[in-house]
Amino acid sequence: MLKVTDLNVYYGAIHALKGISFDLQEGEIVTLIGANGAGKSTLLNTVSGILHAKEGTVEYLGENISNEAPQVIVQKGIVQVPEGRKIFAKMTVMENLEMGAYTVTDRQQIQDKREAMFDRFPVLRTRSKQLGGTLSGGEQQMLAMARALMANPKLLLLDEPSMGLAPVLVEQIFDIIQDINQQGTSVLLVEQNAHMALSIADRAYVLETGHIVLEGDASVVMNDPMVISAYLGG
Amino acid sequence: MESKTKSPPKLTRRNYSKIIRPIFGILVLGYILWRLYEVLIVQQAYSIEIWLRLLIAGLIIGGVYALIAIGYTLVYGILFMINFAHGEVMMIGTFAGYFLFEVTKGINVASAGNPPLSFSDAYPLISVILAFIVGMTVAAAAGFFLEKIAYRPLRKAPRLIPLISAIGASFFLQNAAQLLFSPQVRDYTNPAAIARGSGWTLIINDSRVVITYTGVLTFVLSILLMIGLYLMVQKTKLGKAMRAVASDKNTAALMGIDVDAIVSRTFIISGALAGAAGVMWGLHNGLVHFFVGFLPGIKAFTAAVLGGIGNIPGAMLGGMFLGLVESLGPTALGISYQLKDVIAFVIMIVILIFRPSGILGEVLSEEKV
Repeated sequence: MLKVTDLNVYYGAIHALKGISFDLQEGEIVTLIGANGAGKSTLLNTVSGILHAKEGTVEYLGENISNEAPQVIVQKGIVQVPEGRKIFAKMTVMENLEMGAYTVTDRQQIQDKREAMFDRFPVLRTRSKQLGGTLSGGEQQMLAMARALMANPKLLLLDEPSMGLAPVLVEQIFDIIQDINQQGTSVLLVEQNAHMALSIADRAYVLETGHIVLEGDASVVMNDPMVISAYLGG
Repeated sequence: MESKTKSPPKLTRRNYSKIIRPIFGILVLGYILWRLYEVLIVQQAYSIEIWLRLLIAGLIIGGVYALIAIGYTLVYGILFMINFAHGEVMMIGTFAGYFLFEVTKGINVASAGNPPLSFSDAYPLISVILAFIVGMTVAAAAGFFLEKIAYRPLRKAPRLIPLISAIGASFFLQNAAQLLFSPQVRDYTNPAAIARGSGWTLIINDSRVVITYTGVLTFVLSILLMIGLYLMVQKTKLGKAMRAVASDKNTAALMGIDVDAIVSRTFIISGALAGAAGVMWGLHNGLVHFFVGFLPGIKAFTAAVLGGIGNIPGAMLGGMFLGLVESLGPTALGISYQLKDVIAFVIMIVILIFRPSGILGEVLSEEKV
């Protein structure tokens, strides 16, 4: 479904991604784990079209999307939940959801989708008139995910959904991610919380300073001695 | 380190100005209050009809300032730059309206009586509506191309660069208008029905207070446009997308919002409002020349800062406030009318001393700074 080949991305003179290749099959949860500054968010933003690669390609459903604008990529079905949630703080929950459905033109579909989101995240229904900035961290993460789902993604990119959340909320969020995946959305999950990410993922890639240093089935990666010592605190 | 925190605070240059500023503010405020007391309570030199006239004039000019100020604030909200060529966009709108009236004045329509009427005199409503449509469209187009040519290539440049480009664009447009339309000052040809100075007359204390048609038109239309804009920003998909882009461009792009298209539309909307203000200015004040946008532009910028730049209700409030201060200020303070600009700007300085982010302004988040 998604195939990234030999991707090189620069921030000015800084070489952030140094020849990354990975792929994701339809229906999978693939996780990218790595420490701060490994290039995880850079990678997601390149897939989303916010950043553009100097070399290498991003292929989606057999089509090269390396040079497409972000709005085109959203329309094709790749939607990102950005790091730090990035809720529009001065807009209501309802308006945030509407912005998520910006590329959807059918009003009825937007309404149905919104109802579906309120059913999935009941707390958002009770807060629908509140400003996004007044929600708690967990509620904001749910809003961010609901907002992304409003666009009917085929592939959901999640950037650190567990960031800054209490452990019980993290479990809840990961349950939701699994649930979303079971309903047919492929997921590319970027995480520092390697333990949680590996527990729900099918396959995993380990990223270090712009390189992929390890890849394989999540269960294999989880038992790799290097991963255990570096990321799982073993 | 320890000894430094214990030593008494020195009168460094920094906190020196921290003391000076409020003192200046309080002195000016005291002077203003004293003058107000002198003029309003002690002398009571002016009667109600004079105040009424000034109030009406203030509301009218305030509406114009508010419309232009919204343009500054919208653009600042989205790009964090001051569009210094905005006054020139208004000037272009004024000229577009002027030429529309010239054209409609030139067309004779058959009429029962003699002499034959010109189109603009025979159908004043239609020609005024046409003038606003043409003025707003031309100014909107000017705003659109201004952004495309002068600002878009510099989107990723440091923030000082588009500012310089804006000043350059302002000079360019002024000089282009001077070349195209000659430096002469022209009279706006209003349709006869709303000739300047004509209006409803109130008799108060045996003296006449004229409420001009052009004034009422200006005030009512500016209020309607402001309400329309506010509803647009709050309720429509475009308005919500504008707010989303203003709060975070990257996240907005991740939602599938075409950021460049929203920026373009913001300039179109600001331009249209400035164009409407330009036609109002022409109809009400009657003069048009290449420099006509400069002072209203600067004043409206002041109004936008006064209200809290980036804040739309703030720009409306700031514009109205500035118009009223400019109109009522000289008389209320017993200062000669020629100094109205001085009074307006001094009051702006005093307000910014006590509220640096403007009346409705908020403390900018770190991200925006």
